[in-house]
Parts: sequence; C-alpha cells; structure tokens
Amino acid sequence: MNGVRVLVGTRKGAFILTSDGKREKWDVSEPQFGGWQFYHLKASPVDPNRIYASQSSDWFGQTMQRSSDGGKTWETVGNKFAYDGIPGTHQWYDGTAHPWEFKRVWHLEPSLTDPDTVYAGVEDAALFKTTDGGQNWTELSHLRGHSTGSQWAPGAGGMCLHTILIDPSNHDRLYVAISAAGAFRSDNGGETWKPITKGLFSKMLPDPTAEVGHCVHRIAMHPSRPKTLFMQKHWDVMRTDDSGESWRKVSGNLPTDFGFVIDVHAHDPETIFIVPIKSDSEHYPLEGKLQVFRSKTGGHEWEPLTKGLPQKDCYVNVLREAMDVDNLDSCGVYFGTTGGQVYASTNGGDAWNTIVRDLPPVVSVEVQAF
Amino acid sequence: MVRVELPYHLRQLAHVDGEVAVPLDGVITPRRVIDAIERQFPMLRGTIRDYATDQRRPFLRFFACQEDVSFAGMDAPLPPAVASGDEPLMIVGALAGG
Repeated sequence: MNGVRVLVGTRKGAFILTSDGKREKWDVSEPQFGGWQFYHLKASPVDPNRIYASQSSDWFGQTMQRSSDGGKTWETVGNKFAYDGIPGTHQWYDGTAHPWEFKRVWHLEPSLTDPDTVYAGVEDAALFKTTDGGQNWTELSHLRGHSTGSQWAPGAGGMCLHTILIDPSNHDRLYVAISAAGAFRSDNGGETWKPITKGLFSKMLPDPTAEVGHCVHRIAMHPSRPKTLFMQKHWDVMRTDDSGESWRKVSGNLPTDFGFVIDVHAHDPETIFIVPIKSDSEHYPLEGKLQVFRSKTGGHEWEPLTKGLPQKDCYVNVLREAMDVDNLDSCGVYFGTTGGQVYASTNGGDAWNTIVRDLPPVVSVEVQAF
Repeated sequence: MVRVELPYHLRQLAHVDGEVAVPLDGVITPRRVIDAIERQFPMLRGTIRDYATDQRRPFLRFFACQEDVSFAGMDAPLPPAVASGDEPLMIVGALAGG
C-alpha cells in the first residue's frame, strides 16, 4: 500500500488530495483548471493513473480532460456530445415539450476492463460512450429512445443522468439513474432499457407509483452483490435485492430521509452511509448538525456518526456525487460539502477528520487506494 | 494575420498568454476566425460556438474596433482593421461578480 488519492471536483476547479496509507497527513494540490466547474473526475480501475474529468463552464460549455499520470498533467480530449438522430423532445418544467439540448457531463464511469472505454451520463439525460480514451463520444440512444423518453422531465438541478453502475459479474448489465425520470436497467450493454421503479412512491407525482418521473438522487452497489442496490431518492432511502425489479423503503429510524449521497462500505455489503438533509426546501442538515448516518443492517436501523463533524451552526449540503469509500483494510469514508470541506474517516465512519476545509463548493469526491 | 484576444479561461485551456494570431487573408468573418482558432487550438473546439447550433455561445460577445459586432452574424465581414491585423478581434465573456 502506497497511498490514497482523492479526486475532488468543485465549482471552481479540481483538486487532488493525497496521503499515505495512514490517511493522517494530507497534501492538497493547487487548483487544476482554476475557475472551471468539475462535476466529476474518475480513474480507470485497470489503470489508476488514467483519470477522466468533466470540466464545464456556463460561458464556454463542456470540455473533457484526461490524465495518464495520475493528474500531474492533463490532455484535452473530445467534447462533442451529439445526440443520435433527431433529438426530439422531453417534458419541460411547465409540462410543455422541450427539445433535447446537451448541457454538461455529470458522471463518468470508466470500464472495468478497458482504460480507453468510458460511459458518460449527461444533461439533458442521455448516456454516451467512448472507446478511444475520450476522443470520440457516441450516444447509446436506446435509453433516451425508450418509449417513456418524451415524458421525462427535469428536476430543479436539470435533467441529468448522474448515476451509472456496471455489474462486475456481467458487464452488459448497466444501471442508470436520472433526475427526474427514475432508474433504468439494461441487460445487453445498452441495447434495450427497462424502467426499474416498482416500489418507489413519490407523492409529488400525479401518480405516485408511476413508472417514470421519480427523482432518484443516487444509487450505490457493492461489487460483491450486484443484485442489491441502495437508493437515496428525493425523499426515501430504498433497497432492492433483485436488480431493481422491486424496491422497498429502508428509511427506518432516520430523522429525515431526504438527501443526496449514499454509499456502501468496501468490505461489508450490508453497511451503508447517507447524509440526511433536513428537507427539499432547506438543503442543509437538521439542527445545524452535520451527521453521517450508518446502517449496518442494510437499512431500517440507522445510527448517527458525529465524532469530528461540526455539531452546531452547520448549514452545508452534500451533493450526490460527493461521497466515496476506499478499500483499505480499515475502510475509509470520504465526503465533501458545499462549504468546501472534505471529511475523511479511516474507521468506517466512527470518527471523522477534516482533510481540507476551505475549497470551493465540492461537487464530487472519488477515492483511489494503491 | 488576424489577431484574437481570448478570455482568460480559453487562454488557460489553450496554454497561451496574451493574444493569438491566426493566418487568414481575404474577407474575414467571425466564422473564419473561429474555424482558424479551432484548427490551431483543437482544445478550444466547441467552447466559443455551440456544436449543436453552430452559434456563438450566449455568454460570449465579439468586439472589434470599439464596436460590438456580435449580432452582425457569423458570416458578416469584420472591420478592415481586424482583417489587416491592426486591431484584434476580442472574444469577451460576460462579467460575473458577487
């Protein structure tokens, strides 16, 4: 074990935080591409020094960066995300038809086997793929072309495809989640898609159990149990054990089950972490106390984890991409806040340390352990 | 040579300081200038004009010779002083403060 690298995307640049295996002392890089938004950075699991980054700007649109040396240097790669064919329309906030318009890349999911292959989830919701290291991106258009596609509508943050999961036991099985269309599964590498929303209940919908329209915030999977997924929905923490065929609520004793992040312990597939947020109108923790909640029973029974976290006057948010775990013997858990803090626990959440406290608002956190 | 003044973030992306110059002659239009910039600096493709619409990004404006030439169209000739290299075409981002 040489160390840990945390890739942090913020509203004003990317940062790389590094430490040795003890995870006590951290180096914080200079801003990478200062001033640009970084919605996500993620490394290839088969070539950890190959990092892909989504860089964007309200002024200059989307650009993409690739590093082959662990973030020391970067190369601008392809940024053309053209929808396949005539894009058509989806539903706008007011219920009218609105043309599909590319805005930005929210999530990058490198292949489990090939460092040149990456999936990209974009706004307006669509799934793209590159097989040449990011130079060219092709839409997997059967997702957007699903019969429900014209009914999809954006959440307040935009109509983003923010979650992509690859089943490690069957790489043709893909899961995606879209705010606010819901969750979908493909069993054939993206050729066909099926909504997987049975069991979800969203009271703000005309039909709370509709097939599409649920505002899914995040889905997490443990690689050893790819049929079990955990979901943080707009409200409700949910679980499936049959690859999304049916979901059940596992919010249990949580004080609030609104939130954005959810993740699974690296070594225990029944231990999950969330950060409850007071409400969808007040995007900050309850009572000004920043608390991670952990369930060691796969849901239902939750305990607050507060040691080392601010317990007064804390009104930050933790965005959907801003939590990750490492796979060291004692599982590390990391999350970033809109206040610019990045916290780490080296003991599965029992206690937390502040790695850095004054970054720009944190959008994404990804962790690599070597 | 046509001189172009890029905004900070595009200079950062293109790894250049100050103005850039692109080899063009004849009738100079915004489209020809952007085409030349994108040839010379491929990392800037899609950052000045949108891929889908082929139009100037909404938060950018084109200034030349103390005039806002943004709305003349991508194929409208730029002033002779820009074509001759006496004046730069300025690509300017909307100001943001807080």
